[in-house]
Amino acid sequence: MAKAECTPKWNTLALRNRKTCPTPEKSFQTTFTPVSKDKNSQTAGLLAGGDTQSSNGPSGQFVARGSIESPSKVLLMLVAGLSFSTRLYKLTEPPHVCWDETHFGKMGSYYINRTFFFDVHPPLGKMLIGLAGYMSGYNGTFPFIKPGDKYENQNYWGMRGFCAVLGSFLPIFAYLIVLELSNSCTAAIIAATLLIFDTGCITISQYILLDPILMFFIMAAVLSMVKFNQQRYRSFTASWWFWLVLTGINLAGALGVKFVGLFVIVLVGLNTIGDLWRLLGDMSLSLVDIAKHFLARAFALILLPLILYVTIFAVHFVVLNKSGPGDGFFSSAFQSRLIGNNLHNASMPEYLAFGSTVTIKNLRIAGGYLHSHWHLYPEGVGARQQQVTAYLHKDYNNLWVVHRQQDSQSGNPDLVRHGDIIRLEHKETTRNLHSHLHEAPLTKKHFQVTGYGINGTGDANDLWQVEVCGGRKGDPVKVLRSKVRFLHRATGCVLYSSGKTLPKWGWEQIEVTCSPYLKETPSSQWNIEDHINPKLPNISLSVLKPNFLEILLESHIVMFRGNSGLKPKDNEMNSKPWHWPINYQGLRFSGVNATEYRVYLLGNPVVWWINLASLGLYLTMVAVASIATQRGFSLGQQRIEHSLVLVRGGGLLMLGWLLHYAPFFTMGRILYFHHYFPAMLFSSMLTGLTLDILFRSADLLLHPPYSHWFQRTGQLLLLFSILYSFYLFHPLSYGMTGPLAHEPGSAMAGLKWMDSWEF
Amino acid sequence: MSLTCWATGSIHGVEENEGHSWVSEMLQLPLVVTAQVDLLLVLVSLLAFWTRLSHLSYPNAVVFDEVYYGQFVSLYMKRVFFIDDSGPPLGHMILAFGAYLGGFDGNFVWNRIGAEYPTTVNVWSLRLLPALCGALCVPLVYLLTLELKFSHLSALGAAVLLLLENSLIVQSRFMLLESVLIFFVLLAFFSYLRFHNAPSSSWSRYIWLILSGVSCGAVVGVKYMGLFSYLLLLVVASLHTWKLIGDKTISHRNVCVQCVHRVLCLVVVPVLLYVFWFYVHLSFLNRSGPHDQLMSSAFQASLQGGLSRITRGQPLEVAYGSQVTLRSSVSQPIPCWLHSHKVNYPIRYDNGRGSSHQQQVTCYPFKDVNNWWIIKDPGRQQLVVDTPPRPVRHGDVIQLVHGMTSRFLNSHDVAAPMSPHTQEVSGYIDFNVSMPAQNLWRVDISNREAESEVWKTILSEVRLVHVNTSAVLKLSGVPLPDWGFRQLEVVADKLFKAHSSSLEWTVEEHRYGTSQEQKEREAELHSPTHIDVDRKISFWAKFVELQWKMLTVKQEESEHKYSSSPLEWITMETNIAYWLHSSTNAQIHLIGNPVSWGVANLSLLAYQLLAVVYLLRRRRGLKDVPDGVWDQFVCLGCVCVGGWLVNFVPFLLMDKTLFLYHYLPALCYLYLLSPALLEHAHTHLLSSLTHQRALCVGALAVLLSIFLTYRTFCPLTYGSPELSAHQLQGLKWRDTWDILYRRR
Repeated sequence: MAKAECTPKWNTLALRNRKTCPTPEKSFQTTFTPVSKDKNSQTAGLLAGGDTQSSNGPSGQFVARGSIESPSKVLLMLVAGLSFSTRLYKLTEPPHVCWDETHFGKMGSYYINRTFFFDVHPPLGKMLIGLAGYMSGYNGTFPFIKPGDKYENQNYWGMRGFCAVLGSFLPIFAYLIVLELSNSCTAAIIAATLLIFDTGCITISQYILLDPILMFFIMAAVLSMVKFNQQRYRSFTASWWFWLVLTGINLAGALGVKFVGLFVIVLVGLNTIGDLWRLLGDMSLSLVDIAKHFLARAFALILLPLILYVTIFAVHFVVLNKSGPGDGFFSSAFQSRLIGNNLHNASMPEYLAFGSTVTIKNLRIAGGYLHSHWHLYPEGVGARQQQVTAYLHKDYNNLWVVHRQQDSQSGNPDLVRHGDIIRLEHKETTRNLHSHLHEAPLTKKHFQVTGYGINGTGDANDLWQVEVCGGRKGDPVKVLRSKVRFLHRATGCVLYSSGKTLPKWGWEQIEVTCSPYLKETPSSQWNIEDHINPKLPNISLSVLKPNFLEILLESHIVMFRGNSGLKPKDNEMNSKPWHWPINYQGLRFSGVNATEYRVYLLGNPVVWWINLASLGLYLTMVAVASIATQRGFSLGQQRIEHSLVLVRGGGLLMLGWLLHYAPFFTMGRILYFHHYFPAMLFSSMLTGLTLDILFRSADLLLHPPYSHWFQRTGQLLLLFSILYSFYLFHPLSYGMTGPLAHEPGSAMAGLKWMDSWEF
Repeated sequence: MSLTCWATGSIHGVEENEGHSWVSEMLQLPLVVTAQVDLLLVLVSLLAFWTRLSHLSYPNAVVFDEVYYGQFVSLYMKRVFFIDDSGPPLGHMILAFGAYLGGFDGNFVWNRIGAEYPTTVNVWSLRLLPALCGALCVPLVYLLTLELKFSHLSALGAAVLLLLENSLIVQSRFMLLESVLIFFVLLAFFSYLRFHNAPSSSWSRYIWLILSGVSCGAVVGVKYMGLFSYLLLLVVASLHTWKLIGDKTISHRNVCVQCVHRVLCLVVVPVLLYVFWFYVHLSFLNRSGPHDQLMSSAFQASLQGGLSRITRGQPLEVAYGSQVTLRSSVSQPIPCWLHSHKVNYPIRYDNGRGSSHQQQVTCYPFKDVNNWWIIKDPGRQQLVVDTPPRPVRHGDVIQLVHGMTSRFLNSHDVAAPMSPHTQEVSGYIDFNVSMPAQNLWRVDISNREAESEVWKTILSEVRLVHVNTSAVLKLSGVPLPDWGFRQLEVVADKLFKAHSSSLEWTVEEHRYGTSQEQKEREAELHSPTHIDVDRKISFWAKFVELQWKMLTVKQEESEHKYSSSPLEWITMETNIAYWLHSSTNAQIHLIGNPVSWGVANLSLLAYQLLAVVYLLRRRRGLKDVPDGVWDQFVCLGCVCVGGWLVNFVPFLLMDKTLFLYHYLPALCYLYLLSPALLEHAHTHLLSSLTHQRALCVGALAVLLSIFLTYRTFCPLTYGSPELSAHQLQGLKWRDTWDILYRRR
């Protein structure tokens, strides 16, 4: 087919060029025919390295595979050695908590202690950290309170070492990926060198963080995908299955560490769609074959990762069975699973009664408890009365007392029934839950809810009608199990939690409103969680235990809410995505002052700026190459190979870079410099591939001996500048003491090339 | 219907024909002019004008966002400068032009929706231009369908869908911008396709290309959202160009020329036009106004009145002995000036930390005599300007003396009151406590062009570097407590962020001091400034500053009662009440024609399904439709589905307050798609005659029901006749719609 497509095209080209260069035409056609014949096998060899047979080693410039094998092995060993030594060097310094170690180290400890917690990332990364700590003898007792705390005698090296080892694999993977894509050792070694000697990659690999783990899975997924691509002409063989399944496993791993793993899933997904599209166009395959291909991929790349991902969560929930700091984020039913939670084997009065003290939880996932406190709505936000919010943590201010419309003291507590009119008094502040025809602070379509009155005396706007969902008049309200709605008597609206976070004046708690739209949604439904009434007998309640899928869904919604809730604070320096590729500003990992041991996460500027330039270079080269092809200029054999590598291999890496970078521009959450590192890996690999082809294309301008010299000089110059810049900037990763860079006498004097760097 | 059979030309074609026939037959008598007129096109145009323009001045009251755009129209009439971050200025200018035609003098307070217009305001002309644009969309859709190579019947269908869309009618009939945006988008696509379809030999097709470029410039100039439609057009154009590059029958030179033409018309022209809108905007608005404070001193000085009235005639070069006020370059939330007053820092702060107890230095957001400082040469005693004046240059070391209290601006290693990691700045008082004066400051002009640049009034942005500690004078922006009268804290910071505008200070008011004695000087400071020089900043500087401010000014995000989320638009879960009569139930709502919306959504789904099926089958070598038809089908998808996507998806990612009317441009693309898709199905999918007939009948039935629903919702579209509460209840087709009932 390739022949059918290409030959006429080239012939017309030859015809057009006849006048200008008659001799090349002839030689060209002779060389061309064999090429198009074994084009399939050739592209296979071209796009992938490793273990294909070297039988059809194409002509001329293309180094035969046999000769590539041995140096590539040696180089691989070299890359591995350098990579491990740079990452493991000075691993235990500084011996105190650095930056986000305070979170992830703590969460690792939680796994060892089996305490339930809440985090916005999926659990795999922290589970692995916990496991590494456990294996290396860390007992989970270190509190990780704040950055700068000394580790003293704790065994923290195991967790750091684990991350560093995974981080050390990145250059190795990069080497293998680029080798597969370009079939050129030089390109591969450039990519690996860039990563080995990048101070940023070293720093981020050396601490207890999720990023090295995440990047390990991302790169492993890409590597296995590339290897799998290369198996395309050996469908359904063992190695084909091996790489396919390995891709799926790594995808699950990437997603299991951070949701950023989604981007690499999209990359693999697009690659697979392209692959299937190619298969679909292959008329030699029957529809049954194509269906088989499709099902195999669906199994290995969708079903398998999904199963693994769910398994990770299953392990997470089984391991963490003790009550801990994250309980309040989850529903009452969820909490009853946790040992130590007050709902675990709870015992309380079964039916809600007048005079009871209760907490009321919204049924929206992560909806929070109905809450009030001694603060008023600020001026300009509705009436200046006491705030009523929804709050995710357990607190005394979540307690409310249920009263009758008019308090008539009677000995026996009466049950609250469907249709009863009640007054809810906030226990701490003795104000009544109140609503009126003012706009709610954020959801302007709803009415404001406030706390009003003193010592329970308010007005007619404090009355609410209890409605049990699906109940009839006279039904009692079951604690924990009934879904209750509170209808405001005066305006007819229903108590509602909008899920929006209030600004600073509301302590970033969640807005509570009264909605005039009476549709039954979880936002307007509440349940009674704690229930205290000394006059009623306590009955042990076996709460309906939620099933696993419900827990899974709930924890995901809670995570997404948490993620989007990480909004930049007003005064905090927010890192913008455009800062990242230019290495505009780093992150302080440890230490600020001249006296402290400082580590600063910042990419090696030479490496990063080369990467940046290469992106532009790549686009130019691709544009030139594709216009030349589209216009039908006659290109030499070698040139065609180069443009194929550029378009296919480079295109894949470019896509990877875009997918791991562009989405951040649309994110509203707070962003940090280290979010760029996955994209940076792709960018470095692209640089390797691009620069290699640039050097090799020197013969476009120079004649053979000179072009060869140019190529060698370029490579050496590149290597030297990377090494020298690493020598200059290595204290960023391995620690600096003494005066800051802008003061005389500093070890980093003269290296503060950008004013925005803070070392 | 039968008229279509012979009426093949279009209005635009007519003029050409006329021209040709006129030239060729000029010599023959009798003089004959033949013209072909597409009566269908004329008919839909007339209907469009009738639906959009009739009773335009009813209601004679401010309707919804007129209250927002109106204030800018007024400011245009008064030529007062303003910033509006909602969009580039062309849209506002078009509205203002309408007002100008009607003789509006800008004297109307746009303060609430529903306020009655006085008789002096010509409401009809205010609303005329958007209504015209809205009406012209209908014939444009007709023509665009023809350019997409579908039949006149499809074109008629698209035109009717647009014609009977209640929401488009409502949006066109008031002083709002969506109809203008939609008009230019349609015009841009129509003229580009006209260019593309024309035979490559004709030169007149470049007129269409230029028209397309101009419309693109207008699209982006009306609303930023137009940018996405423009990008889509560029993508379509570059796909076509890519084919052209691959066409080996054309010479290299010809290809180059054609590419250059396209780049010139579709990239350069729109960019130039975009800048041109700003040029017109800035040259029109030359008076100072409510938003001056957001701009730099240099910008403000270029406007008549306001700052320029104060600063006009000031000496340009700051010299030793100059009396100056120093404005911080941070203008948010409020601008402020370096200030001091005869009150000292408290000995102990509330948290127990100590201070130097020297005189407070703050930043004060109001003009005040205590904002004056005198620039002193550390080596000399005098506080007056020499003749000739000795200008201060970059790198010079100066002292700053507070005009009213004669204290020196000082800083030292004492923690600042609110930001303890920075140094306190004070007016130095010698308490004899071994705390020597450290009052030398080095002038660092950050926007200098030469190393020995002179410090210029208004133009220079200066950092004052403390000589002893190399800290930089900085506005921390934290309000001081009561002891500091809630003025803003000023500190000296060693660890500062580069390029932070909180470090930069500008001399705003300036005069050469002449009085040596303190008493005289105080009198002098109280007197107004004088002298006369004209200072101008270039258009480009103003343009860049204004554009940057427009993109970065943050409006407080708040939900509006009628705001909605993009996903609600597809199913029209939401509506917007535009106007309610002050005493009756007559009201105007933005509610679309529900049947048309359903048709639009269905066709969107159907196209995507069909496209997937076609693609998969073509890949297997099964060509359901011939290549020509396939190209037509793809082109339809690129324009219509692409247009819907680029006008809808960005909203999903936006953090803004959004309204239903933001969906209208996207909706128009779907109306373009529906009839064309129906025609495609009719000619290529249905083979049997009965099926085709059934389809026709179905289409007619749908059109009829569209007409009926249009009639049903007319009272809410035109605001008359008034409906009873019961009837209104009947129009509430969805629970989530807000329809207003007046309690009687």
